[in-house]
Amino acid sequence: MNLSASTAASVPLSEKAQQLAQRWGYTLLLLLGCGVLTLLVLAPLYTLLSKSVKNKAGDFVGLDNFAQYLGSGAVESALFNSLWVAGLSTVVVVLLAFMAAWALTRTRLPLTGLIRGILVVPILAPSLLSAISLVYLFGNQGVLKSWLFGAEIYGPIGVVLGSCFWTFPHALMILLTAMENADGRHYEAATSLKASPWRIFLTVTVPSARYGLVSAAFVVFTLVITDFGVPKVIGGQFDVLATDIYKQVVGQQRFEMGAVVSVLLLLPALLAFVADRYVQRKQTASFTAQSTPYKPRANKARDWFGALMLLPAVVFILAIIGMAIYASLVTFWPYNLEMSFRNYQFDLMDGGGWGAYINSVQMALGAMVFGTALVFFNAWLMERTPQPSGLKGLFHLLSLLPLAVPGLVLGLSYIFFFNDPNNPLNMIYGSLLILILCTVAHFYAVSHLTAITALKQLDREFEAVGESLKASRWRVLVTVTLPLCLPAILDVALYLFVNAMTTVSAVVFLYGHDSQLASVAVLNMDEAGDIAPAAAMAVLITITCAGAKLVQGLLRFWLDRSTRAWRQGKV
Amino acid sequence: MKKLKSALAFSLCAAAAGVQAQTELTVYTALEADDLKRYAQSFNDDHPDIKINWVRDSTGIVTARLLAEKENPRADVVWGLAGTSLLMLKNEGMLAPYAPEGLENLSPKFRDRDEVPSWVGMNAWMAAVCVNTIEAENEGLPMPSSWEDLTKPVYQGHVVMPNPNSSGTGFLDVSAWLQMMGEDEGWAFMDGLHNNISRYTHSGSKPCKMAASGETPIGVSFAFRGARLKDQGAPLELVFPEEGLGWEVEAAGIIKGTSKLDAAQTLVDWAISREAMEMYNEGFAIVAMPGVAKPVKHFPENADELIIENDFAWAAENREAILSKWQKRYDTKSEAQ
Repeated sequence: MNLSASTAASVPLSEKAQQLAQRWGYTLLLLLGCGVLTLLVLAPLYTLLSKSVKNKAGDFVGLDNFAQYLGSGAVESALFNSLWVAGLSTVVVVLLAFMAAWALTRTRLPLTGLIRGILVVPILAPSLLSAISLVYLFGNQGVLKSWLFGAEIYGPIGVVLGSCFWTFPHALMILLTAMENADGRHYEAATSLKASPWRIFLTVTVPSARYGLVSAAFVVFTLVITDFGVPKVIGGQFDVLATDIYKQVVGQQRFEMGAVVSVLLLLPALLAFVADRYVQRKQTASFTAQSTPYKPRANKARDWFGALMLLPAVVFILAIIGMAIYASLVTFWPYNLEMSFRNYQFDLMDGGGWGAYINSVQMALGAMVFGTALVFFNAWLMERTPQPSGLKGLFHLLSLLPLAVPGLVLGLSYIFFFNDPNNPLNMIYGSLLILILCTVAHFYAVSHLTAITALKQLDREFEAVGESLKASRWRVLVTVTLPLCLPAILDVALYLFVNAMTTVSAVVFLYGHDSQLASVAVLNMDEAGDIAPAAAMAVLITITCAGAKLVQGLLRFWLDRSTRAWRQGKV
Repeated sequence: MKKLKSALAFSLCAAAAGVQAQTELTVYTALEADDLKRYAQSFNDDHPDIKINWVRDSTGIVTARLLAEKENPRADVVWGLAGTSLLMLKNEGMLAPYAPEGLENLSPKFRDRDEVPSWVGMNAWMAAVCVNTIEAENEGLPMPSSWEDLTKPVYQGHVVMPNPNSSGTGFLDVSAWLQMMGEDEGWAFMDGLHNNISRYTHSGSKPCKMAASGETPIGVSFAFRGARLKDQGAPLELVFPEEGLGWEVEAAGIIKGTSKLDAAQTLVDWAISREAMEMYNEGFAIVAMPGVAKPVKHFPENADELIIENDFAWAAENREAILSKWQKRYDTKSEAQ
């Protein structure tokens, strides 16, 4: 902002030169954005991944480690398992999330606020919660064991169920953003042409959500294939690539082999990235300067159908959460089912107690404020200001890279990078700040995609009109773009907050003696066999996140009401 | 940057001095979280001037973290980590050798063999089989009493054990079988056991936890976890197979380059004192100082006769080869089924 203002004020430049200076200003800012992501993601990753071509002593050995890993015999099955589990989970999740997003945005169902709240619950809860629930539901002592017809939850079934549960909200968030700002004129036109509802769905709804669908698929696939939490806890010996990293790094402290598997894991993600780029190229804005927001007409039959579409996801999620709450109240599953709140006395338990909980909340707030600002500003620079296309592509790639990196790998990378005695930043090591930075980096990709999806839907004409009115892009940003994107901004803020509350895999390597986290405490208590207190702490985290969701929901509601008139062009 | 750091350090020290002249030690550990308060309290009763700042996590994570921090270590002392891990740190040159006061009182099995040891032992941490009595009865399973029993067809699909590639407990078992039975017989035994295994887990305590919650009748795990779960009301019977038990020493050592060497040495002196041994004895049946241990609830009285003559050097040297052989033979279990 200062740049354009000061140059305009001090030196009377010709208009053309001024524009050029402005363009350069934007480019510089985006370059700065690339720099920040390099610092937070690329440089740390390099310190670890470069070990894949070195031996234990640090000498360069070419591809020896890769040859050794690929020759160890178990790789084919791990790779095959990873691919089909991730593929199946992607299909299920994207389908369910699309059905739910459609019902929430294209019908006039009541209580959508509550339903939205229920549907995001999986990211409000630590992943361990769903693992405990799945075992209590479908394990050998499980209440619904017979539903599996003799098959075991420990294995691919458990991995797919668990993965679907925790990735569902990620897909839903992207799809809702993609479908929320629908252009009412398209629907009116289609209706006046007497198109059937099915035809409208295929020719208007699906194409406008295409960007979101592809992004959601890309995100879910990558999340599942890089996650080791679910397969580790419930997969039994069902081998996937991500658990191989765990075995190499945590089981045997062989960082170079862990790096090899991490590099291999980047490949499918890179492939998904290329495919994503290819499809996205054709996307244009669906919400233009002339758009009127879509408002579904009354239609009972369609609403009932919508409710039916929501049912599978809602039931699945409620079952898992209900079981988890029950698990936190029983004394000793499954032999002593007496219920009490005894498990909620955290100070009697280990793992940091309430102190860890307060640390977690602070860390989550920090990640939310810093992360949302960073993500949205960068996304705006990339989408809404003139940028060289190469730079845009580079930035997009950097933004999506964290998605393909297992948290375990990111956490270790942060040790190597930030603990280096020659790194001037090494003073932040062990502090709450490094936990915040690591968390923002870890969850950058989905936040970025959400922001981009929201920004893409706005017509380029907003800026063009602004320019002709001699309003700078900055003004358009503050007066038009930000208000229109506020729902997505709130989504991103919530996403970062709740993930910071529940994340374990990266931060487990980084917390200091005075920055223990509640999510890590959950894991430790479970590890120590205190399953019920672990479930209790997990439920407490979930309630906190649900509180954040409630605040966000109220803000959205208020925003919607106070800007509706403006958005509908009545002012 | 140096200036800024020393200024920061100075102000921190000044702030601390205002309250109490205390040295703060950063101690990395894999001890049970609920033991930390007790251990620190006992130590502070004798040394109120040293404050312990714990960084605790599971063995694998703490070891990985220590190794990754090698270039710029953050820990002053390691207190309560597996001997195998300390051996790794020693080989990386990360430990400062120190002969603590009263070293001569330790059993030779419980210290680094060097004259000035890089690490000293606290207690032994031994294998055990957790059997869920309710589920075993439901399935009509007899109570096993030996490792060999676990290969009998009656137990098919009822045994869970940790994967030695992910878990130190798993490796401790495998290494003990190979040492007790010899290479050939050891692998033959594991082939037999493999037929009865329903799944391998990534964590060493998981099999016992699964047994406690009835997810499996039999879990190969370690005694400490089984005893704790029994205390919580789990219907478990702890079986200590008669052939002998694998074990691991839990140990302490000083990180090379610590700026608080005096305090670190004070802590390690105390960590092998008689008082400390009595403290360890509350949870562990075998401690490093002979003649101290009293019987512990749920543990066998002859625990020290049950553990094998464990050759840690052999285990460390052959670890990679054993693990890769194990992986080739058994790690594709899901395909075989």
